[in-house]
Amino acid sequence: MTLVFSQLFTGISIGAVLLLIALGLSLTFGQMNVINMAHGEFIMAGAYTVYVVQQIITNAGVSLLVALPVAFLVAGAMGVVLEFLLIRRLYTRPLDTLLVTWGVALILQQLARDIFGAPNVQTRAPDLLTGSITIFSSGDGNDLMVANSRLFILTLALLAVAALTLGLRMTPLGRRIRAVVQNRDLAAASGIATGRVDRMTFFIGSGLAGIAGVALTLVGPIGPTMGTNIIIDAFLVVVVGGIGQLKGTVIVAFALGMMQSLVEYSTTISVAKVLVFLTIVAFLQWRPQGLFTLRTRSLA
Amino acid sequence: MLEFDGIDVGYGRSVVLHDLSLAARDGGVTAVLGHNGAGKSTLLRAAIGLLKPRAGTIRLDGADITGLAPHQRVARGMAYVPQGQQSFPHLTTAENLQLIADGRRNGKAATAEALGLFPALAGLMNRRAGLLSGGQRQQLAIARALITEPRLLLLDEPTEGIQPSVVAEIEQTILSLAGRGGMSVLLVEQHVGFAVRAAGRYYVLEAGRVTSSGQGGEDAESAVREALAV
Ligand SMILES: Nc1ncnc2c1ncn2[C@@H]1O[C@H](COP(=O)(O)OP(=O)(O)O)[C@@H](O)[C@H]1O
Ligand SMILES: [Mg+2]
Repeated sequence: MTLVFSQLFTGISIGAVLLLIALGLSLTFGQMNVINMAHGEFIMAGAYTVYVVQQIITNAGVSLLVALPVAFLVAGAMGVVLEFLLIRRLYTRPLDTLLVTWGVALILQQLARDIFGAPNVQTRAPDLLTGSITIFSSGDGNDLMVANSRLFILTLALLAVAALTLGLRMTPLGRRIRAVVQNRDLAAASGIATGRVDRMTFFIGSGLAGIAGVALTLVGPIGPTMGTNIIIDAFLVVVVGGIGQLKGTVIVAFALGMMQSLVEYSTTISVAKVLVFLTIVAFLQWRPQGLFTLRTRSLA
Repeated sequence: MLEFDGIDVGYGRSVVLHDLSLAARDGGVTAVLGHNGAGKSTLLRAAIGLLKPRAGTIRLDGADITGLAPHQRVARGMAYVPQGQQSFPHLTTAENLQLIADGRRNGKAATAEALGLFPALAGLMNRRAGLLSGGQRQQLAIARALITEPRLLLLDEPTEGIQPSVVAEIEQTILSLAGRGGMSVLLVEQHVGFAVRAAGRYYVLEAGRVTSSGQGGEDAESAVREALAV
């Protein structure tokens, strides 16, 4: 029972990271119909940001807090550069975009190897996040415990989702993003600089990947291919949740996270991946449009 | 005010407008009449910059704007109400208006003024634009355009497919805007009627070419009807 619970909570925190990544993907996909294969490498950039910041600021807690906004900026800036240099020019060619961004992903991985070396690197978690909270004490050693780091990740993801939702709803930029997604030509002809809106969307979507990268450093090693490992799951969340459907994305992210950690607990990681994958294939046979019907291709 | 000088415009490989020249003059209404498929909407899309001409020049107040992006043309005083009562369907009425007012120095006052012209919208502020009636959506579309305080308003069949009670209201608004001076209107219509009567000058478009033109007004109706019947 307690093991199941702790696996479930692990799953929830995996789901939280998936959600962060899927939201960013969904945002850029909704905006420009672009499947950005380099999104995973923005996660990696966020994770290495923590590593770099820790070389400068030794206090693990302070460096984590500093790394969060820096990772957002670093990954966001990478997204903007990618959008400006490549994606913008391939706007009407989705297949080319797929290939080109995949190429960029490989280049970024190699770059990480050249800078940080091929082996994984470790960061130090702040003391506050290494312990765990006892939810229920049974007295016989079978306590219900939740790791602080997992709790932190969940909080971080929920805050990001709240900020994104509010930002899209309440701010001028949010209104512009939604308007461009809903009717690009009308937005342009209404005086909105759509190119600038695209760039800002890429900045935010990619920045979220950077935040996800920071979160991942708390639960695992940092390596050049860490983005690739998780990005497939995030794509699955986007597709199964119904592209651009916030509700669907949230539900599927957590469901997938929990499913993975539960199956993982009873088998091995690769068997778990296969099982999850088969379930999703079966699901998409049943509901090809995803969990929620696709009304617009956007979070808007 | 706005001049098209020998423009060729098309989609992909097909050319829709051929070496077309016409001008919307300062003040008042200029009407462009033509059957379905004549190229009227294409003309307005080229005017606002959604389509780039392959040849020719578009000038606003004498300045070449052919290479400008749509938002730059809006910044220079052009506004466009496309065909088909378009809106941002998942934004509320209020958000549709706020979107345009955002970042404009005079945004609040301009919004209030636009709403003054269409009082019906005031009661629909929290409804999604996609749920409004065609007439309400068109009023919203015109209101959005007016918030940018344009000197030249491009209107593409603004009363097409709209309930008659609202048609009169929209026509009245066009007349009062154009009559107030300071605002010129380039009005595209399929049918002879209000547009020709209200126009200082009209053009008849046929398969992407101007086939006739002349002075507007009540007397012009029969001439335009004849030109369209050919
Ligand atoms: N998006 C488009 N792609 C290709 N052809 C188009 C497109 N829009 C219009 N056309 C063609 O251009 C011609 C003129 O269309 P349009 O400007 O909409 O005419 P009008 O507004 O006068 O009815 C038509 O033959 C139409 O089929
Ligand atoms: Mg038309």
